[in-house]
Amino acid sequence: MRISSVVAGVVLAALALTGCGGNSGSAGDAGVPDDPAKVKGDLTYAIWDVNQQPAMQEIVKAFNQKYPDVKVSISLATFDQYFTKLKTQGSSDNLPDVFWMNGPNFQLFAANKQLGTLEGLTEAKQVDPANYPKALNELYTLDGKQYGVPKDFDTIALWYNKKLFADAKVEPPTAEWTWADYKAAAVKLKAALGPKGIWATGDSLGNQANLYPAMLSNGGYVIKDGKSGYGDPKSVEALQFWSDLVKGGFTPNAAQNAETRSQERFFDGKAAMMWNGNWVVSAALKSPHKNDLTVVPLPKAPNGGRKTVIHGIANVMSAKSKNPEAAAAFLAFLGGKDAALIQAKAGAANPAFTGTQTDFVNSAPQYNLKTYIEAAEQYAEPYPVSKDTGVWNKLEIDELVPALGGPKPMSEVAPQIATKMDEALGKEKK
Amino acid sequence: MSKSRSVDGKWPWVFVLPTFLGVLAFYLWPLLKTMYDSFTETGPFGGATWVGAANYSQLIGDSEVYRAIVNTVVYTAIVLLGIPIAVLFASLLNRPGLKGAMVYRTLFFLPYVAMPTAISLVWRIIYNGEYGVLNQALGVIGIDGPSWITEEWFALVAVALLGLWMSIGFNMIVLSAGLKGIPSELYEAASLDGAGSAQQFRSITVPLLTPSIFFLSVITTIAGFQLFDQLFALLGPTNPVMPKTQSLVFLFYDAAFVGNERGYAAAVAVLILAVVGLLTLFQFRFQRRWVTYD
Repeated sequence: MRISSVVAGVVLAALALTGCGGNSGSAGDAGVPDDPAKVKGDLTYAIWDVNQQPAMQEIVKAFNQKYPDVKVSISLATFDQYFTKLKTQGSSDNLPDVFWMNGPNFQLFAANKQLGTLEGLTEAKQVDPANYPKALNELYTLDGKQYGVPKDFDTIALWYNKKLFADAKVEPPTAEWTWADYKAAAVKLKAALGPKGIWATGDSLGNQANLYPAMLSNGGYVIKDGKSGYGDPKSVEALQFWSDLVKGGFTPNAAQNAETRSQERFFDGKAAMMWNGNWVVSAALKSPHKNDLTVVPLPKAPNGGRKTVIHGIANVMSAKSKNPEAAAAFLAFLGGKDAALIQAKAGAANPAFTGTQTDFVNSAPQYNLKTYIEAAEQYAEPYPVSKDTGVWNKLEIDELVPALGGPKPMSEVAPQIATKMDEALGKEKK
Repeated sequence: MSKSRSVDGKWPWVFVLPTFLGVLAFYLWPLLKTMYDSFTETGPFGGATWVGAANYSQLIGDSEVYRAIVNTVVYTAIVLLGIPIAVLFASLLNRPGLKGAMVYRTLFFLPYVAMPTAISLVWRIIYNGEYGVLNQALGVIGIDGPSWITEEWFALVAVALLGLWMSIGFNMIVLSAGLKGIPSELYEAASLDGAGSAQQFRSITVPLLTPSIFFLSVITTIAGFQLFDQLFALLGPTNPVMPKTQSLVFLFYDAAFVGNERGYAAAVAVLILAVVGLLTLFQFRFQRRWVTYD
């Protein structure tokens, strides 16, 4: 146990830390499957949501009725590890044939030539982008080429707990509410419910659910022409709205959110309202207070504006699939109406295929989920992304959100974020 | 009588080959590759360009690195305290005639065999500032506990206490083995000479355990510098206190998988390797002064 063990220890330490290298090739085009019976091969389909796995399996079963000779195995990884895993697989040219993609990661994969384009499929009318919301097609398009077939979508609305509003004797929210009404209600709710340990709002201060919708509603922006919108005065006003709510003790701050997510407070009956997406429906249905909850459109900004971001998962295929025909066939099937209806019936996700959302809305009629569909049709804007979104998302998490409710005004904090974000965006262009 | 080399021929090499290939492919190659990567700019999907020492000058100018070194050192120092605690517990458990020693040993060892992430999630609930059982208990004795996992320094201490608690089981197993190796005649002789338990502990047990203690301190230091999973699971990556609490390996993870700067991440990895290597070398140099080999 002398020097040799030191060497072993050091080598072990180094091993635990080594990354992976690899190389990138050229982007492939989606081949068009001809006669279904002739398409053969094994495919891997990677997803991250265990709640949606049964619906995905059903889709595979339906796919196999049409394409009996394609074997699809589903590979599940939790969201926290999903993109780490994909990047590692990508760097050794081992990406799954077909997989889920999200907005923040899309451009990174597309720009690094990891994804196959939809050109072959759209030319052959196997996939028609007109079937999906325009904002989602844009989200998955880079340099004029679309790579992703939208799978589902989410927008943001206002959730509230009817019973808590009644207990506090506060008028419940309406579609006509403004930010001022939201804040006025928060003041009354805090006075009535605060002593019982119940928060007026359970906003998680997330970028997608809270920051972006407020900034856009107020006439600000997050990113435009490769420049950050955090320094824009309208964006700053919107951030100040959240900062004031935190400062007044109406909604938990970043640290309190890190200990107990505010969404959990809301579903535990420990918060009276919150801005959140339709992805929480399954959590709402598991809540002990599920029958007290419902949804209305977001309150309007002081200028009367109301905007939400729209985001959705897309199915994409690898540029280097070993069975490109089978992958293209499966991708086309995933984008079709049948697959959308299977998803909707399972209540797994709100499908992106226009006209198939009724089943999802009806899966929880008490929540008025039509609000989310109307938001997508009437006042939704694409989810803001760039080539390396994760880098500036980290700025939001590390520097912006903890400053909400802090001593510095947003007119001081937000422009600093904008400077750093512009720096990160400048690096992307290299 | 040993045979000459020419008689053995190539056979020794054939027998060594499988192990050698394994070491080459899984130890030496990644090590060299990481060193090479640290001089490149490497994207999330590979594609390295040589940038010379740019990553290292970025490393020197990065204030987060210094903070991460401080955090990692503080963490490791606290976890090292687990060794004296384990010495005490192990010698108590090793007292002759103790009933149910195996039960105690199993209980102490349990945290070591459980999954760190699962344990961290349980401790996350214990540490919770508003509803956690720790602050409820402190409240009973009139102390208003802090928000353990979201306040600067408290969060680091919370992670370190968890690490310390998890390390005790393994430490005790190693120390128990060391204790079994101490001849009982020494104790008999000492008591004949009139030494009490305390003096026996100080003059026999501790000196003769120093090889085990030394081994543990080397292992614990190396493990301490690899702090990642408890930190990640206990605090969560979006915790506002994370930039002030992150460890070197967390920094590596962040650069490689969030920032997509694999080259810079490799430089962080090389830094960790260098620091661990130096500390271990220092420990080996220093051992002559206090480790007793008989």
